[in-house]
Amino acid sequence: MNRHHKMDSADRQNRLDGMAQGLIGTDVPRPDGMAKATGTATYAAEERREGMLHGVLVRATVPGGRVADVDTDALAKALGDDVTVITDARLLQVPAQGTDGKAPPQGPDLVHYVGQPLALVVAPSFEVARHGARLLGIRYEGGEEGHFDPEDDATPTELRDKKTVDIGDLDAAMAKAAHSVDAVWRTPGHVSAAMEPHAAVAWWEGEHLTVRSALQMLKFNRDELADALGIPAENVRLLAPFVGGGFGSKLGISHEAVGAAIAARQLGRPVRVVLSRQQVFEAVMRRSETRQHLRLCADEEGRLTGIGHDCLVSNLPGQDFAEPVIQGSRFAYAAPNRHLSLRLARVNRTCAGSVRAPGEAVGLTALENAMDELAEAIGIDPVELRLRNVPEEDPTDGKPFSSMMMAEVLREGARRFDWQRRNPIPALRREGDPRREWLRGMGMSLLVRGNILDEAEARVRLLPAEDGAPVRAEVETDMTDIGTGSYAVLSQIAAEMLGLPMERVTTRLGDSALPPSPGSGGSWGAGSSGSSVYLACLELRTRLARALGCDEGELTLRDGQATGGNHSRPLAELLDGGTIEAVGHIEPGKTAKERRQATYGAQFAEVEVSRHTGEVRVRRMLGVFAAGRILNSRTARSQCLGGMTFGIGMALSEELEHDPRDGHLVNRDFAGYHIPVNADVPQLEVHLMEERDPWANPMQSKGIGELGICGAAAAITNAIHNATGARVRDYPATPDRVLAAMAVAN
Amino acid sequence: MQTPLKTTLSINGTRHEIEGDARLTLLDALRDHLGLTGSKKGCDHGQCGACTVLLNGRRVNSCLTLLCMHDGDEVTTIEGLGTPDTPSDLQRAFVDRDGMQCGYCTPGQICSATAMIEEIRQGWPSHASEGLEGEVAPTPAEIAERMSGNLCRCGCYPNIVDAIADVIAEEGP
Ligand code: FES
Ligand code: FES
Repeated sequence: MNRHHKMDSADRQNRLDGMAQGLIGTDVPRPDGMAKATGTATYAAEERREGMLHGVLVRATVPGGRVADVDTDALAKALGDDVTVITDARLLQVPAQGTDGKAPPQGPDLVHYVGQPLALVVAPSFEVARHGARLLGIRYEGGEEGHFDPEDDATPTELRDKKTVDIGDLDAAMAKAAHSVDAVWRTPGHVSAAMEPHAAVAWWEGEHLTVRSALQMLKFNRDELADALGIPAENVRLLAPFVGGGFGSKLGISHEAVGAAIAARQLGRPVRVVLSRQQVFEAVMRRSETRQHLRLCADEEGRLTGIGHDCLVSNLPGQDFAEPVIQGSRFAYAAPNRHLSLRLARVNRTCAGSVRAPGEAVGLTALENAMDELAEAIGIDPVELRLRNVPEEDPTDGKPFSSMMMAEVLREGARRFDWQRRNPIPALRREGDPRREWLRGMGMSLLVRGNILDEAEARVRLLPAEDGAPVRAEVETDMTDIGTGSYAVLSQIAAEMLGLPMERVTTRLGDSALPPSPGSGGSWGAGSSGSSVYLACLELRTRLARALGCDEGELTLRDGQATGGNHSRPLAELLDGGTIEAVGHIEPGKTAKERRQATYGAQFAEVEVSRHTGEVRVRRMLGVFAAGRILNSRTARSQCLGGMTFGIGMALSEELEHDPRDGHLVNRDFAGYHIPVNADVPQLEVHLMEERDPWANPMQSKGIGELGICGAAAAITNAIHNATGARVRDYPATPDRVLAAMAVAN
Repeated sequence: MQTPLKTTLSINGTRHEIEGDARLTLLDALRDHLGLTGSKKGCDHGQCGACTVLLNGRRVNSCLTLLCMHDGDEVTTIEGLGTPDTPSDLQRAFVDRDGMQCGYCTPGQICSATAMIEEIRQGWPSHASEGLEGEVAPTPAEIAERMSGNLCRCGCYPNIVDAIADVIAEEGP
């Protein structure tokens, strides 16, 4: 029997608070931790199949045109017929976008960007396949001029009308404002750069295909792969029990899974395809670069009278995804006059898609820099400026907030960071002594991120005591754990609801044969999948209560003992040798439309900047976060650490560079694209606030995986200003840019 | 086609004779030929540290060295440091401190940290050290500096530093 719930009204029962096991919200360690620490957790490329062949993809070296001819002579001469070249028309041009559920554009004969995979070379060993891929001769024809610079006047652009917000009269508000800021920010392209490169191992049994791959959303990925291959989805099984990071890069089915499946079919043997790191950079999603024109105006007291946020982003021709830069500006601050718009330029660069917190990650960053500039212009404290502009309702559509902790995170953060010690006058202007190389400064930013619930199912089973082993529970869903802590959180919810210690709950994930979930993305994983586990457990509790002879509401389950209505019996007795199971099914409903649901954070950074070289070191950083009920304080904290670390990279070092002549990615590995290393990151501090959001889901929790990056970079660049007086509006704040901005400012 | 080369070496205390392509890296030999998949491949270019193993006691990026160069050498991988039932102190500390999220960089981090602690004990200075001589104080900055060859995109660095500091504190200098 199943338990279904549609989120049509607020759930204020806070049932999880009334449970007795005492696990929810605590910092229980990941059950999968030891497997990861000992190398026994295996990832996609590590699947070992008898007779497996190895495939290596061949990349386009031009940004457009058509493949006229694939010359295999040199390859055949060097390597013989051990090697197969696959140019199947079903190979992908780009990976699927998140939640597409259908095949992305296919056909490797048409080229749209440098680095697009065009063919797959398959051989008995990786070394030979890689050699073969180098020997393939590809001749191109045509290829009328592409567009490579989103800001070039000749580049076609389109306004994303549906995103435009136009309320009041911003121009008039700007003209008569006591204080205003009007400037342009730029953020470069970013990549997820998950440490595990995309990999797939595919094998067929008759008409049935199994693919072990690195994927975030199996329910959608199964449909995408089946559609790409032209086979029924029932014939496809995807496995992804461990995924070495995603951050958006593994949302959709990609080149390696489709290539491996086609090759395995054609050759009648299992085939493994792993993207090289360079291919992950070139052929998987990038976050679009952005150009952001911010206009803020305020009255004498620092109350915003207008917000303007007009942005330009880019993608390949035909792609619908446009980095939703203005998403956070819709509701971050109250202001009667608002103009928000998004324009999409069509360029022949690597496909743009989701990278951790699409929209807010870059949009809030520029907005929060502009707020810092406004605070300085008005002459009030940056925290105070934000506190004066806490919206009472969604300022764009008037919806009430579900629960909102903006003022709380700001105040708590300021207190914990000792923000009052900050001197508003930049250190450089105070410290004339040029022998003191390092200038210190403090900065802060607000973080916001919309919250989403998506449809999810999970099965929970209570197994009787057997062979001396006590009653156990099993949780099953196709949900993934990409480092987010799904194994821990889902086990923890079941353990709490069923009154079992953690070690008596086993969670199985990452198998498309299990009940469907929306997967990991958009920070909705724990809330959606967790709610389905919660519902399944509620159903099991109802049945246990009936067996015990009480109402579910009176039932207390703890350490394998059921108590209620003057009865108390061990679970083992209630189950009486039988197994009971239930499927929980959560569906989003009216609460998604009736309330603005959002998570909040505030970040505070202290940096040192070398006055001679412009080098920036982050010395101290605090993040305070409110995301509804925290399900596991340990994994939630780790997610926040990850977001803050992404923020440090965005602020100081991460930048995709494209050749202006053909759009190709110049820095397509870790030597050229600098993600933060250990020494770039101080001992970050994270504080999680208590909150319950009854409109979010029956657990009152909200997503936290992306919140940590939404505006984080601004805390650092605002601190650079407080140290040096420099305003770096072109990210990242590399030494050359900091030095140049210092020269302008002083 | 290449003629396969035979290499004999000791891995986690066991003697192995591997026949492979001359271009076979130590990393691919471990992962694909021996099924020791604890060592990870994050870049294949010596840029991420996910493939870190101990070669005659020193940490190396196993993707950057060919198997055939290691006749007679001794290699220790993450599997040789401990198992889920008998983990090393560092493996346990990484779990206790949540020094991992996706876990893909974790074996490399732990192998690297194992050798790094020994380097500190032997007084090897680093960019973060006070001076070139004398004992090295295992401060967070010192640990972070020495662990900067191991990238972690999940952003576990503060927890990794804490885990390593715990082990150094427990075991003494
Ligand atoms: S795989 Fe060897 S350093 Fe990245
Ligand atoms: S734990 Fe994911 S890369 Fe380090």
